[in-house]
Amino acid sequence: MTAAPLRMTYREACRQAIRDALLADPRSFVMGEDVGKYGGCYAVTKGLLEEFGPERILDTPLAELGITGAGIGAALAGLRPIVEIMTCNFSLLALDQILNNAATIPHMSGGQFAVPLVIRMATGGGRQLAAQHSHSLEGWYAHIPGLKVLAPGTVEDARHMLAAALADPNPVLIFEHIVLYNAEGDLDPAVTAVDIEHARIRRPGRDVSIITYGNSLPKSLAAAEALAAEGIPAEVLDLRVLRPLDMPAILESVRRTRRAVLVDEGWRSGSLSAEIAARLADEAFFDLDAPVRRVCSAEVPVPYAAHLEEAALPQVADIVAAARELVKPR
Amino acid sequence: MTAKIPLERGHLQEIYRQMLRIRRFEAKCVELYQAQKIRGFLHLYDGEEAVAVGVMQALEPRDAVLATYREHGQALARGVPMGPLLAEMLGKAEGVCRGRGGSMHIFDRERRFFGGNAIVGGGLPLAVGIAMADKRLRPGAVTACFFGEGAVAEGAFHESMNLAAIWQLPVLFVCENNLYAMGVPLEDAESQTDIYRKADAYRIPTMQVNGMEPVKMEFAARTAVEHIRAHGGPYFLECRTYRFRAHSMFDTQAYRTRDEIEGWKQRDPIERLRAWMQDNHQLTADEAARIDADIAAEIAAAVAFAEAGTLEPVADLERFVIMESVVQESPR
Ligand SMILES: Cc1ncc(C[n+]2csc(CCOP(=O)(O)OP(=O)(O)O)c2C)c(N)n1
Repeated sequence: MTAAPLRMTYREACRQAIRDALLADPRSFVMGEDVGKYGGCYAVTKGLLEEFGPERILDTPLAELGITGAGIGAALAGLRPIVEIMTCNFSLLALDQILNNAATIPHMSGGQFAVPLVIRMATGGGRQLAAQHSHSLEGWYAHIPGLKVLAPGTVEDARHMLAAALADPNPVLIFEHIVLYNAEGDLDPAVTAVDIEHARIRRPGRDVSIITYGNSLPKSLAAAEALAAEGIPAEVLDLRVLRPLDMPAILESVRRTRRAVLVDEGWRSGSLSAEIAARLADEAFFDLDAPVRRVCSAEVPVPYAAHLEEAALPQVADIVAAARELVKPR
Repeated sequence: MTAKIPLERGHLQEIYRQMLRIRRFEAKCVELYQAQKIRGFLHLYDGEEAVAVGVMQALEPRDAVLATYREHGQALARGVPMGPLLAEMLGKAEGVCRGRGGSMHIFDRERRFFGGNAIVGGGLPLAVGIAMADKRLRPGAVTACFFGEGAVAEGAFHESMNLAAIWQLPVLFVCENNLYAMGVPLEDAESQTDIYRKADAYRIPTMQVNGMEPVKMEFAARTAVEHIRAHGGPYFLECRTYRFRAHSMFDTQAYRTRDEIEGWKQRDPIERLRAWMQDNHQLTADEAARIDADIAAEIAAAVAFAEAGTLEPVADLERFVIMESVVQESPR
């Protein structure tokens, strides 16, 4: 008999993952702005200070560079820090430490030091928070050798990716989309771990591969539903891991469907979707029946007004239109 | 300390009116937020009005102002018109930033208001640069930079202090020390909780001010601005104040007690000034009623203006990402 699935929010899944990590390893601890008394700016760490105390749930001053660098140092010297940065927009203040230290020290030291650090941060737009709170910068981080970059798009990944990230000897960045925190999903109690290597087919389909991650995953699934109603069976591939990319899974899907739509909330120029498109051109050119299409954010700092923000971000209708165009060109 | 404040009736009433105007504006914002007309984050200024209003008394049109995401008070006190301010928060094309910025990003070139900035500490280096330009292009102009005490923990704060000091730039640093950065109390965030001592370490002249008292705020600001205009270099004000409401619209306030909030509300800058003026025959009941009515009318007009506003065409989404030319500030 299989146990009934557990329904919970993405936020709760993130919280349980952190709690498990703290219970599992005394070297682990959380540090970040407002993670304790306030309960986390997106309420992910609510209740954890009361349970684990101020040594394991560390409220920090506003000092993104300092706390990230301290996390790197603590990881170098044997702890397993989970650093929370409120949103990736503020992570730019810590970018120096992430790139110049976390990503380089293992290689630069000739393999003497590993940086087993996890940095969690919120990402993305859709809540009218305007241009200093709404960007999707995971594609930038996926540019950096030495990092692993994760983008949980389901409650299951939110629940289990953290453990895998902490077990990894490298700095791992986890991007949690702000719009997903309130999303609910089912957890299969039989699943107690996930890998952080493979992309996953979230909906199989024959005629076109929609390749995506994060909050663009539910949008892509909705698009696939709409396409099915039009008689177009679309496959949805969830990348999950943005660096390193699971190229075998991407190629397998695209070789089968012979068409690809890439959906990425980052800006189009120099984006992760640009990288995947280039690799498809390199490695799958003769398997394609149609050009590779991309649905990305408009090249604009995300505006406040609802209708402008909506126009700036990838939407279901844009994905449907792109896929339809490939399968049934007029 | 030579600054003089015209402590006569008309001036006091004006300070009172400006603080009340901000308080009432924020209350209207809450309503509009609950009606889902204002969206996103909304940071209100209740309790801190004396700081913005006091400082603005010392500034002239040629001066520059920078503020944070909690900047409605500074914008109003600086003279940003209420209609376009509110239209911005409703995401309308008639808003000061054509609906692109929202509550946290109010800009107004006419008034040399260089933004609401939502990156904590993000405005400080900009203030240094604006002062650099003004020193050459607008001698005598002062740049007033508002920021919370939370910003003091960021590297940008320290770099900016030092640059302003070594280059002797005309910046008025205004630290609004409301004792909490979101849920983090000052004493958990800073080893030195007297913020003005940090400026002192950079050899910037400084004063710690009671930010709940508008007259003291104005006096301190006038003293500081006179000093800057006379000597060229920066000045630092630490204003001790308190935010009456949650950090943004929602927060459990688990980090502070109800008693503490109530205690500070006893020191409400608006209530206390009103009581003092009434007791000392500086404000009659009729005058108070007229001020109330004027503010209500101004807010009603601003709401009507904002509600009647139009939406920026989606075709213009990418407008202003790249500028066609440098728009000059209007000459003063
Ligand atoms: C660089 C950066 N880090 C974190 C935040 C999130 N945040 C917004 S306001 C705030 C608290 C700031 O407190 P303070 O500077 O004291 O100003 P107050 O809100 O009290 O006016 C925080 C942590 C941010 N906006 N920018």
